[in-house]
Amino acid sequence: MKKKIFLILFFLITFESYGYENLDNQILKNLRCLVCQGQTVHDSNSEFALTIKSVVKDKISEGKNEKEIYDFLSEKYGDWILLNPPLKKNSYLLWFLPYFIFVLGIIFLFFLLKKTKN
Amino acid sequence: MKQINYIIVSILFSAIFVILYLSLGNEKIYDTEDLVGKKIPEVEINLFETSGVLNTKEFTNNEFTILNFWASWCAPCRKEHPNLVRLSKITNLKMVGINFKDDKSNAKNFLQENGNPFDILAKDKLGKKSVNFGIYGIPETILIDSELKILKKYIGPLNIKDINEIRKIVKK
Amino acid sequence: MSNYFGNYSLCIALILSIYLIFKSYFDANSENKNLDKNYILITSIQTLMILISFVSLVTAFIISDFSNVTVFNNSHTLKPLFYKIAGTWGNHEGSLLLWINILVLFSSLFLFINKNNDKDFKILTLLFQNILIIIFLIFLLSNSNPFSKLFPIPLEGLGLNPILQDPALAIHPPLLYVGFVGSSIYFSAALAALISKIDSKSLAISIKPWVLISWFFQTVGILVGSIWAYYELGWGGYWFWDPVENSSLMPWFVMTALLHSILVLERKIGLYSWVIILSILTFTMSVTGTFLVRSGILNSVHTFASDPSRGLFILSFLILMVFFSIYVFFKFAPFENKKYSIFSKETFIIANNWFMIFFLGVVLIGTLYPVFLDTITGSKISVGPPYYNLILAPFLIPLLFLMTSGPNYKWISNETKSFFNFVLVLSVILFLITFFIVKESSFLLNLILFFSIYLITQTLFDFYESFKKRNINISRIISHLGFGLLIFFIYINHIFSLENNFNLKLGEVKKTNNYVIKFNNLEEQSIKNYKSVIGHFNISNKKTLRSQELKPEIRLYDKPVIITYEASIDSNLFSDTYLTMSNISETNVFNIKFQIKPFMNFIWFSVLLLSLGGILNFFKRNKNETN
Repeated sequence: MKKKIFLILFFLITFESYGYENLDNQILKNLRCLVCQGQTVHDSNSEFALTIKSVVKDKISEGKNEKEIYDFLSEKYGDWILLNPPLKKNSYLLWFLPYFIFVLGIIFLFFLLKKTKN
Repeated sequence: MKQINYIIVSILFSAIFVILYLSLGNEKIYDTEDLVGKKIPEVEINLFETSGVLNTKEFTNNEFTILNFWASWCAPCRKEHPNLVRLSKITNLKMVGINFKDDKSNAKNFLQENGNPFDILAKDKLGKKSVNFGIYGIPETILIDSELKILKKYIGPLNIKDINEIRKIVKK
Repeated sequence: MSNYFGNYSLCIALILSIYLIFKSYFDANSENKNLDKNYILITSIQTLMILISFVSLVTAFIISDFSNVTVFNNSHTLKPLFYKIAGTWGNHEGSLLLWINILVLFSSLFLFINKNNDKDFKILTLLFQNILIIIFLIFLLSNSNPFSKLFPIPLEGLGLNPILQDPALAIHPPLLYVGFVGSSIYFSAALAALISKIDSKSLAISIKPWVLISWFFQTVGILVGSIWAYYELGWGGYWFWDPVENSSLMPWFVMTALLHSILVLERKIGLYSWVIILSILTFTMSVTGTFLVRSGILNSVHTFASDPSRGLFILSFLILMVFFSIYVFFKFAPFENKKYSIFSKETFIIANNWFMIFFLGVVLIGTLYPVFLDTITGSKISVGPPYYNLILAPFLIPLLFLMTSGPNYKWISNETKSFFNFVLVLSVILFLITFFIVKESSFLLNLILFFSIYLITQTLFDFYESFKKRNINISRIISHLGFGLLIFFIYINHIFSLENNFNLKLGEVKKTNNYVIKFNNLEEQSIKNYKSVIGHFNISNKKTLRSQELKPEIRLYDKPVIITYEASIDSNLFSDTYLTMSNISETNVFNIKFQIKPFMNFIWFSVLLLSLGGILNFFKRNKNETN
């Protein structure tokens, strides 16, 4: 039992650690350039993107963490600026529907196969 | 069994198609409508002429305040300028102009040529301060009340309809 | 002149379509068991007409006939010939004409080539296909006619976006169109099969070649699109989960599922109704994708000129198509009571289908959710790469595992296979070697790497085995090998990609951990329709002492006025060095983005391998039938 818990915790902890991005780039890659058509702030050279890059840099040197920076920017510009949709009331369906469908499918397949237990 | 499936599938697709149809009428341009109703932050912005600063908290002394973000290099700003001059005639409305990522002499020339409607002139050379107000392009205009609450946010140049709207809110 | 040819040939094709629809409708119920020779004649003329109209448009572009509105809007006398031709389908009207061409072409090919002898099935397929053709022809002629005239005739055109003047992008649309418009033929065939009640094997044999062809072109089309994005867009990535990219990926998932299900169907084990559903679903997803892209309801970097009125038409068509299919399906679908045993190949194929449909669902949800939320509540959120990566990545693990073990099971059996074998042991060893080189800390990533290694090892082992036994069923092995390699290299590339962003003036040097980057020279050039500023950089690797010369550009086009940033890429076997530069306005300082992208060529190669398996199966099938 302890082993199971350990494995689950291990799995969850190391879930998100891929990519060796420094914090700066990581945040900028998660922000949408509002004046561009489908580009991240990181990849854009527009005036807006340059301003945001500068602001994010300042915030990091002030010691703010990733979540605080996202909160600040989404408070000013709306959730649309965040490419990773935050888990809020209006996105519960977005995040849970895939898993729900997957489980539904497993159940359906189970019944399909259960027909022959010979 | 077949009948029920048929009905469920039909209803599901109908719902999806209705939503897709309605989506065709969605507003394409992104506006930061979320901010209306919230308060602007209490931050310091640099004054234009001197090296001093002003704190937005001071705007609580005004009944209504217009914050207009503009620059001399911005063509739509030129277009909306006469409307700003019209607005400046309203007595209980204070006009604050924030010069955005601009060159001082160009900005001065702009105001000399087109008139200066602003009671207070500020500047944001790097554009970073404007982020606090949710600005992502210029011109943008924010109308606030004496409690610093955002009443209206205009993305793009102000037109006559916007001016009349502001007049109505402010005259009440 | 070409306008006349174009318009008239389209009208003739329209009339022929109407004739075909009526004729096939009445013939379908008749007692006659043989196919009237007239069908071949009429269809041939129809195909000829459509080709004439297409050639007319291409000609108009080549000679820069600006009396044609489409040519005027999208071409320019200074454009190189190759791009003038490609400009034919680089716009809404022209691409719609291409769409119709493929509908007609596949219709006639189906009639000529199909070995199925059931007259009703063939006629009904023709009927439904021609309904599709007519609807698109009406749309074209009434709303988006590529042969509209302009008077007075302007001297010069408005030019095409310079970003679209690229060889990869020129062939990308035709490839994809053969893919997802090609799926129309098995959409029609599926409906025809339901009504004419042909049997499993018949259906499988009839649609399999078409599914293979469309799948192959869809795969290669997506690949070319990604390669273009990598080389042209300058951000160093190749997939952004952009709505337009997703629109091409969604039909691909259904095609892959269909491909696998046909294997079950042709062995008469089951899945008849499911194959019908998938066939209908593929083309449905294609039209849905077209709707999403052209209606303007999505925000994307691939802006196709969008127009709500077009969106309305495509949506209406989609609604008609879907409800008609639902009606036919529920009225005519046979009742099946197949039984599937758990440890048999068909179950693994069903599992594959399950994953494909699941992936389809995730991408569909991610793409549509912002639109739906905006319409219903008015609030706008973004669903970007983080969402898709987070949700899809873990499911790769069971998929890879099933791909590895599945093929070893037999059809209709209940034999369990031993899990612990030589291949597993070898995979573990290879994985451990990889682990010690890569030193990745994420458990999830390591699992993905392990299972892709397991799949690669197993397929290589299978390849060796089949070579020994002189068994020629290598299409599955090659495709699965390609997929395993793809996942493996995608993640290795992700882990080892390096990026460095810094400001540099001419003459300065930047030292990073392993590289020394020298800004040696700045050159200005004036080419046909643009001016460019080219930076000459020397990059030397401190460890390997290798030296590379890279020349990123900033280009200023004049018609229309656009600034583009051209990446300089030194592509080697194992790694690409990627450099872009942009200037900071009103200074002489340049912002440089330096990236190392390992194994890019291996990623492209894996996809080619994946598609190769499909094409091999297509030719193998041909050989089998002539025996």
